[in-house]
This record gives sequence, structure tokens and C-alpha cells, in this order.
Amino acid sequence: MVTRIDRRMAKLKTEGRPALVTYFMGGDPDYDTSLSIMKALPGAGSDIIELGMPFSDPMADGPAIQAAGLRALKGGQTLVKTLKMASEFRTGDNETPIVLMGYYNPIYIYGVDRFLKDAIASGIDGLIVVDLPPEMDEELCIPALKAGINFIRLATPTTDDKRLPKVLQNTSGFVYYVSMTGITGSALADTDKVAAAVKRIKGHTDLPVCVGFGVKTAEQARVIGANADGVVVGTAIVNAVANVLGPKGEKTADPAEAVATLVSGLAQGVRSARLAAAE
Amino acid sequence: MNKPATPNSFRTGPDEQGMFGIFGGRFVAETLMPLILDLERHWNEVKNDADFRAELTDLSTHYAGRPSKLYFAEGLTKHLGGAKVYFKREDLNHTGSHKINNCLGQILLAKRMGKKRIIAETGAGQHGVASATVAARFGFPCVVYMGATDVARQSPNVFRMKLLGAEVRPVTAGHGTLKDAMNEALRDWVTNVEDTYYLIGTAAGPHPYPELVRDFQSVIGIEARAQILEQEGRLPDTIIAAVGGGSNAIGLFHPFLDDKEVRIIGIEAGGRGLDGIEHCASMNAGRPGVLHGNRTYLLQNADGQIMDGHSISAGLDYPGVGPEHSWLRDSGRVEYVPILDDEALEAFKLTTRVEGIIPALESAHAIAHAVKIVPAMDKDQIVIVNLSGRGDKDVHTVASMLGMEI
Repeated sequence: MVTRIDRRMAKLKTEGRPALVTYFMGGDPDYDTSLSIMKALPGAGSDIIELGMPFSDPMADGPAIQAAGLRALKGGQTLVKTLKMASEFRTGDNETPIVLMGYYNPIYIYGVDRFLKDAIASGIDGLIVVDLPPEMDEELCIPALKAGINFIRLATPTTDDKRLPKVLQNTSGFVYYVSMTGITGSALADTDKVAAAVKRIKGHTDLPVCVGFGVKTAEQARVIGANADGVVVGTAIVNAVANVLGPKGEKTADPAEAVATLVSGLAQGVRSARLAAAE
Repeated sequence: MNKPATPNSFRTGPDEQGMFGIFGGRFVAETLMPLILDLERHWNEVKNDADFRAELTDLSTHYAGRPSKLYFAEGLTKHLGGAKVYFKREDLNHTGSHKINNCLGQILLAKRMGKKRIIAETGAGQHGVASATVAARFGFPCVVYMGATDVARQSPNVFRMKLLGAEVRPVTAGHGTLKDAMNEALRDWVTNVEDTYYLIGTAAGPHPYPELVRDFQSVIGIEARAQILEQEGRLPDTIIAAVGGGSNAIGLFHPFLDDKEVRIIGIEAGGRGLDGIEHCASMNAGRPGVLHGNRTYLLQNADGQIMDGHSISAGLDYPGVGPEHSWLRDSGRVEYVPILDDEALEAFKLTTRVEGIIPALESAHAIAHAVKIVPAMDKDQIVIVNLSGRGDKDVHTVASMLGMEI
């Protein structure tokens, strides 16, 4: 089964450049603003959209994404609304892949079967569920793959060669390499180490490898992108939203415009990166 | 919910995947997965290792003061006029609660694993104090995450931890209670994977924590069972313990689970009543969900967002419960009932007056249920209540509840 993610990755490969994967928090600071941010992403140069599903207890996220999730929940965001946001986006864009990213509990409470059905109807292409390692594949990964949705797994510096095959076994779409141990928004890891890690993962899989955690600037996107199939940016985008919110959460400028400006710069970064010589 | 078929034994869990029926498991980020597998490997090595057991027993005896006494609470028994009430005196342990049992076991495990740094989460501060204590004893640097709200309401324990050399990091994320402290401890662990041992304080979290914490706490039930057989010549009719995360309760219950004639009751924090949201009765008013590495009963809304509970007792102020309790609930082996803040407070005052024992507010919840059921029981029946900790830490809370200044 070929998904929008597969098609987009294949297309970028022919263009000889890495993908820019952009994460933002669904419903931050409110539904309408967040939808306008989402709609602005492809035009600004995002190749794949990661749509964050807010959760009350995001135990792998740093302060920026924690705060974004709380703003979204305070603004009334629910999983129902996050799916609705994706389907509204789809009415104007049927090409850009959408990956839902978050934690398992809201999906579990929604009901896995119902969730997969509604996710497909909303135009969702992939899932990243942080707290579902391969040991828990029966929960959601296997049903998602059967339903035709990519299940994108995180590989980390602690995932050694012995464990990599297990992590990659049911992974599809792309592999998300978390470039350091730690929470989202931490400092960027050593780029040589990242390049070596990407090469190591590529020794085990034909899937594209995207690298995230710590990428904030166009220059960093260029450097990381030189050795990866994609660059994931999350915290910097969430911060761009936070930066135009006043102390009471009021908008002091247009968040969609702030995000678009940042993403345009990042897009230039990945467009000036060369694919790794490993190709 | 469908009740699982009654198993031949209630003491065989978890399975190889760390599941108790549908509960438990390993719902953690990939970064932590290799660490949890490593912990499991070491745990499987030491759990039947004679040298490890001998070292733990020696420390339990000479450092923590075990075995703790099984005390016939004559004053309370007379006052209630029904069954004989016994207290399992975990309050007499070093550091004042059952928490030391688990901390001694885990610090020896950390030492064996060659870890260099200890992190822990704490609610009331009892586990934080116990962690800081064993870290001091074994020379580990120790960081304790504690919700900012709890730091404010448990200041004596914060001071104790600092005296013991631990760094207490207040957590302002969320609502600043135990749940948020646990999130922050997990974030630390995700960041410092190489050298850090996460010393979880209750029988919850990803496998193998629920199993290993239970095994370290089972000394409570193993002793109590032998002691009552020696003192009364028979098993008790009923055993009662308070359940927050549920480590003191599973420690008392587990050795009795296959004694079918023993009624087992776990007490949840009913707070200000189960009608609203100001309680922590996850098994009476919550539903199964996934948080902090395991599936278990949780207080949550219709969207699967975790709610903040309320209890007069900081140690019970957690929106989840250990997964084995969830399984014991659904299997019907253990009854779980709520006790309100006010009822716990009355039991606290009563025990202080008729027994000369100031119980922890957590333990007062268990006593409060004994106060309810004991008068209707026969005089030759026996009830064991787990007195999981001493109440010195709670005197400020109780004073303010009673409108007094100290």
C-alpha cells in the first residue's frame, strides 16, 4: 500500500533533497488559529505535517510543547477536534501528508477501531505514538498497518544494533531518529554523531530516516539535512506561536504568519542541503 | 466490564509481557525501553539470588528495624466493641513508613547495576525521604522531584530530604502534585539514561516496577501472616490497607491472595465525595487508561485527559493506581471502597486518643474503614489494618483542617 508519505518521500528523492517535517500542536492556542497555521505550512515549504494531539501528561516533551498542549486543552481541543482539523485541511490540500503525533491514552479512550476509521476518513496518513514501543505493537501499530495507516517509530541513541530490527519491524512511512536522549526542545546533538547514527539505521532499513530533536534554525536544518532524508522541527514552531501570545494568551501578531516566516527559512535550509553520499 | 475467569492462583502475575490481565505493560518512549529491559534482566537475576536476599534482610533487620510488630490495638478494639483489631506497625520502621522496604531493595539493585545517580518522585515526601535516606547510606547523589504544591504542604519532609543531602526539585508543571512529579522524573530519566537509576516509590509504572516494588513490599504481608498465626493461631478474617499507588496495600495483600477465607479490602481516597471531582478513587470512579508506563484505572475525562484528584492525604493524591490492584479489582478478589477526608480525619483523631498512636493520614483511611465494619463483626473475629506510616508529617494539615494554628 502506497501512502501520501511514500509518494512524497519518493518525489523528494528524485529532487535530491531532504524533507522538511513540521510539527505543530493541534488547537494551540485555539482551533481556528491552529487550523490557519496548518493551512499555511505547505505554502511555507513544509513537506510533511505532524499534527500534535494534546495530552495532559506529555512525559517525553519539554516545557515548550507541554505548555502548547496545555494551551490547546484550555482552548477546548479534543481528539475529535484534532481529527476535524485534519479533514478541514484536506478540503484544500489532498497531497501533503499528515502524521498525528501524541500519546496513546486519548486514542485508547476514543477506541482504537473507531479512531482508525475516523483517522482515515479525515485524511490521516501516519501515526507517531510516543508511548507505544514495539513491545506493545498489538495495541495500535498492527491494527493501524492493517487499516493502511503508516506507523512511524522513533529510534533513539539508546536503540542499539541488537534492538534496531525490533524497532524497525513494523515501522512504515519513515523512521524518526531522535538525535539525542532527552525531551523535546533540548539542545542540538553533535552532527557527526547524528550522521553516523543515520548511516547505522540505514544499514538496517530502506525506509527514509528523518532526524529530529533540537533543530531550530535554517542552518541547523541544512547541516542535519545533509545526512538525512528529512529534518523534523517542532519546538521552534511551537515557540513561534508562543512568542506572539501575550501574558493572557491574547494574540499580539498573527501566529500563522509567524510560523510561516520561520518555516520558510527552514525550507531554504533543507533545500540547500545535499542528500548524503550514502545514497 | 467482563470479569476474567477466576484463576487457580492470584499470585502468579505479571506475565512475561508485564501484564496483569489487560493491566500493566510497558507504555514508555523508545529511549527508555532498553533501560527497562536492562532493569528487568537485572531484577530477574537478583530476585532469587541468595546473596542479594541476605544483604537486603540484613539491612531490613539492622537498619530499618524489621520485622515490624503486629500490634493488638486493644484500645480501638474496646472502643469499637466488635472484632479484634491488629495494626501492622510499618510506622515504626526507620524513616517512619513502609517506603523504606522498597527503597532498600531498589538501592541494592541500583548498586548492582552500576548506576551512579538516583532520581525519585514523591507526593507526601515519605518516599522522597526514604530515597534520600538510602542514597545517603550508599553514597549516591539523589534528586527528588516533588510537585510545588506538595513542597508547600509538606515542608518538614522537604527539609529532611535536604538534610540527607538530596536535591529537591519543585515541579510547577501541571498542578504541581505527584502526577506531575512523576512526569518530570521520567523526563529526567529520558535525558540521563546512561548513569541514572529511577527509584519509583509505588507499585506502578512500566514493567518490571509493579512487580519488583510489590516483591520488596511483600515483606509486610509475609510477616503479618506469620505473626497472626503465631499470636492467634489462625488467619485473619479481614485485612485492610489504604491505596494510593498501592504499594503498602499490595505488600500486605499479596501473601494473603490465595487464602480464600481472608476478606481483603483496599481503601481509596474518597476526598470530598465521589459525586464531584475532588477525590482520588480511580477504581471506584475512573476507567482503564494508559499513563506513566502502564494501563490501569485512571481518573480522566471523556477525551482521555488525566484529571487531578484531591485527597486530604498527599500520599493518596494520585489519579491512578498500581496495575495489579486494577486486576484484583476486576477479578473480584479484592474489594476497593472509598473513605472520605472527614472520615479519615475522625479515625486519625480516634487512633491518637485511644491508642496513643498518631497514624499517617493515608493509614487513617484504612483505620476509618475498620471503624465502619468492625462493630458489626463478632468478638472472636480478627481484622488486620496496615498502619503504613506515622502521622507526624501530617500534624500541620490536620491542625489547619481543625482550624488550629501551630
